[in-house]
Amino acid sequence: MSTNAVAARPEAPPEANLKKQLKRADRLRKFKAIGLVAPLALFLIVVFVLPIGSMLWRSVDNTELESVMPRTVAGLQQWDGSDLPEEATLAAFAAELRDSRRGGGLGKVGRRLNYEDNQYRGLLMRTLRGLPASSENWTQTLIEIDPAWGETTTWREIQRASPPVTDRYVLASLDLERGADGEIQRIDAQNRIYQSVFKRTMVIAGGVTLICLALGFPLAYLLATLPPKTSNLLMILVLLPFWTSLLVRTAAWIILLQSNGLINQSLIATGIIDTPLQLVFNRIGVFFAMVHILLPFMILPLYSVMKGISPSYQRAAVSLGAHPFAAFWQVYAPQTISGVAAGTILVFIMALGYYITPALVGGPADQMVSYYVAYYTNTTNNWGMAAALGSILLALTLLLYLVYHRLVNRKQLIRS
Amino acid sequence: MKKNNLMRTRLARSVAVSGLLTAGLAASAGAQALTVISFGGASGDAMQKAYYGPFEEKTGIELTPGDYNGELSRIRAMVETGNVSWDLVEMESPEMVRGCFEGLFEPIDWQRLGLGDVLIDSAFDECGVGSFVWSTVLAYDADALEAAPASWEDFWNVEDFPGTRGLRRGAKYTLEFALMADGVPNEEVYDVLMTEEGVDRAFAKLDELKDHIQWWEAGAQPPQWLVAGDVVMTSSYNGRIAAAQEEGNNLEIVWDGSLYDLDYWAIVSGSEHVDEAYQFIEFASQPENQAVYSSEIPYGPVHPDAIDQLDEEQARRMPTHADNLEGALAINTGFWVDYGEQLEQRFNAWATH
Amino acid sequence: MALPPYASPVEKLWFWIFRGSCGLVLLFLIAPVFVIIPLSFSSGSFLTYPLPGFSLRWYEEIFSDGPWMESLKNSLIVAPLATLLAMTFGTLAAVGLNRADFPGKGLILALLISPMVVPLVIVAVGMYFFFAQVGLLNSYTGLVLAHTVLGVPFVVITVNATLQGFDFNQMRAGASLGASPVRVFFTVVLPQIVPGMVSGGLFAFATSFDEVVVALFIASPTERTLPIQMFSGIRENISPAIAAMATILILLSTLLLITMEFLRRRSERLKAAP
Repeated sequence: MSTNAVAARPEAPPEANLKKQLKRADRLRKFKAIGLVAPLALFLIVVFVLPIGSMLWRSVDNTELESVMPRTVAGLQQWDGSDLPEEATLAAFAAELRDSRRGGGLGKVGRRLNYEDNQYRGLLMRTLRGLPASSENWTQTLIEIDPAWGETTTWREIQRASPPVTDRYVLASLDLERGADGEIQRIDAQNRIYQSVFKRTMVIAGGVTLICLALGFPLAYLLATLPPKTSNLLMILVLLPFWTSLLVRTAAWIILLQSNGLINQSLIATGIIDTPLQLVFNRIGVFFAMVHILLPFMILPLYSVMKGISPSYQRAAVSLGAHPFAAFWQVYAPQTISGVAAGTILVFIMALGYYITPALVGGPADQMVSYYVAYYTNTTNNWGMAAALGSILLALTLLLYLVYHRLVNRKQLIRS
Repeated sequence: MKKNNLMRTRLARSVAVSGLLTAGLAASAGAQALTVISFGGASGDAMQKAYYGPFEEKTGIELTPGDYNGELSRIRAMVETGNVSWDLVEMESPEMVRGCFEGLFEPIDWQRLGLGDVLIDSAFDECGVGSFVWSTVLAYDADALEAAPASWEDFWNVEDFPGTRGLRRGAKYTLEFALMADGVPNEEVYDVLMTEEGVDRAFAKLDELKDHIQWWEAGAQPPQWLVAGDVVMTSSYNGRIAAAQEEGNNLEIVWDGSLYDLDYWAIVSGSEHVDEAYQFIEFASQPENQAVYSSEIPYGPVHPDAIDQLDEEQARRMPTHADNLEGALAINTGFWVDYGEQLEQRFNAWATH
Repeated sequence: MALPPYASPVEKLWFWIFRGSCGLVLLFLIAPVFVIIPLSFSSGSFLTYPLPGFSLRWYEEIFSDGPWMESLKNSLIVAPLATLLAMTFGTLAAVGLNRADFPGKGLILALLISPMVVPLVIVAVGMYFFFAQVGLLNSYTGLVLAHTVLGVPFVVITVNATLQGFDFNQMRAGASLGASPVRVFFTVVLPQIVPGMVSGGLFAFATSFDEVVVALFIASPTERTLPIQMFSGIRENISPAIAAMATILILLSTLLLITMEFLRRRSERLKAAP
């Protein structure tokens, strides 16, 4: 059809026409390409990026009070904090407290205020229980129910929990908080958890990666150098666990490692130990199970790189008098670097986000960041904390992904 | 060109089919069955036999069973986001009371239930109908230990009773047991726990044992661990131990110092199957059905007539048997309603390190 | 890598140490998969050796009308649909990415791959809140969409790889002969990228069929998938039933792998034959 269009305009010089035509065809191709990619990109933006984005927003979201007690929050905004808030504000509070029992509003407010001071949920419950249908003087009624309502600090804390945005969750997930004067400070030593959780996550992921490399490198080398018939058979032994359900393998490790498990029994039978070792529901179990699950992700990229390395350089080095070990380390190993990089970063990224396996074979001191994200979502409904911890984990992961991307791209450059 | 059109219609048709399929799935998701959530495991199996199966058969109402570990938070999230997919839930009493107060459960209309006042007194609550009486006991592997432990003090004694112990990963039960082990008499346990020093004392006692504890989360874990030799003794729901004993495992229960309580049925606020839920509760409260449940797993029935239908051997294994109640402590629901979340939070921070 | 005949004793020793340790690694990989099988024939109800006796009761349990068959059915509804969607979306996108250069291509590729990178728990929590708002929580549709997201990167990557050697002039040739773009796609492009689509689809299917984290968050007991049932089989309902289901899954993946290896060898033989 484009030929017709050109033919209809004979006045333009032929070479300009050709240029235009090429340009137009090129643009058309671009549009078509974009049109093909667009459905998936849009789909992912709606079902993947948007949900994660809105979850990240929860790490600063602070609208609990505003949504359940809008009039109280508005009243407290006007309040200067010196004396008790006005009667009208307290009346609004009483009314909104009563209404909050429907649809889980009370739980929401109680939960949010409990982060300020964990007496609030109990206070709200007690107050609601004693709340009369009407009152001439709500200030007095509330104080009669509980003297805490007569203290300005109570109301100041509620006021502090009212603004729609907060940084408390992000700070808390770094073991920080805002002091009374609003300055950022470290929290009490006994309550610090997350720095050690992040450290633990890195240590476990790093350890698993190193072990995978140590176990995977020789095996990949063997597979890459054996005759194809044998190596393909052995490859099945690598691929079978890879295609076996993660939960099946986790269950298998529980069975293998438990006190009466096969490993302990055979160690006892051979006389190496006489009382069973504690191998599962602790760090050891986590390492065993995670290495087992992630090892194929190390072996496969290593294998594919090693497969492409010609053995003749190494042979040449040996024939020139190099010691076989030297030939291996100085000639062969450097060529595997891109596979090592791809494998380690892949395994490390995957290990960082592990949740199910440590939850099933680890103890409380072996849980990684993901566990706490799930814990805060499911067990305590502290969605701000879940989102804040998740954001940090996500940032860490994406950073590594970027590094990975760079490395893989460079690898492609080297190849071309 | 014709072929091309054919291709196009084929494509269009397959798109339409997959669209219909998705729409159909969405529609079928709307007409769900009554979803009943229990603690699963041996107890869930017994419920299947005594309640779920017969109920479906009798009423023709479809029932989807599920299990969880007692987290009120899951229900809170459902109600707050308006996605109620659980209809009827087995609740422990503190969570039931707390949830009731937060408006997470439908208040029970006792007239509508039509049970009269036949159940034991504690089975009646604003939002809950008692289901059975259970107990958390000290259970041990008699083959693994030379001497028989008799108390929580022995549980803490790693010199004379070496080996790993199991405790529930949470403050509830655990703090009570720690205080009992520290020599606090049963009747004073909650008074002590109500003070800050008392809580510190319980955590200090837990510190002593921390390195020897393997924490369980689901009721099915303690018997599995005892049988697998992972722990030599553990706190456990008594019914789960009985199920393991029946298979010939040499497990023993110490009733002295056990904690007992009722579990309740509660209807989640916003459920679309309130009618069916009432029918189910009524069905599950009938003495003959409760007797079936209690003969499957030794938890005490809440209908007095059901107890008469059990033989002496079965009754002896119930937490409600007079011999077993001696030295046992009733869980203080009010205490856990008021202090539960705060203590669980502290427990979690303590366990993480 | 065979041992040369002139190898010194040290080299020989090293050679056997190397082979031996590789053997141990292979044992480490494969043994846990098989250790679970005998337990499925246990007559007891705990996951522990020694077995109290032999019985088929756990196979009876998983094959009887109950939660195991129900969850298997759910997985067999969700996984194929998610795979189909992932293959459709993923293939189109991969073709588009290779068709022409356009601004932001690198960024878009990163977006398409990212579901593979982002920790599952974050995907799960994000979808949990989002699906709750739009009414997709506790529905098959929600589960299918979520698993499509997780499967898409595999299809994009594998199809992208097969397209690396694809000459797009073939499409122009097809068009110049009068075929419509759709027809060109189905008769020229598709047959050449089918291997990539199939292997990507296989990964997508396996992902959905083995996915537990997201499903735990967004599915209700009605949509309980096989992995959720297995998860509960390790915690809430510990019993050898999970070993029985595991045995069947292992059997299936072994068959699959052997078939693939057989097909590969056959096609190699056919290629080698004149």
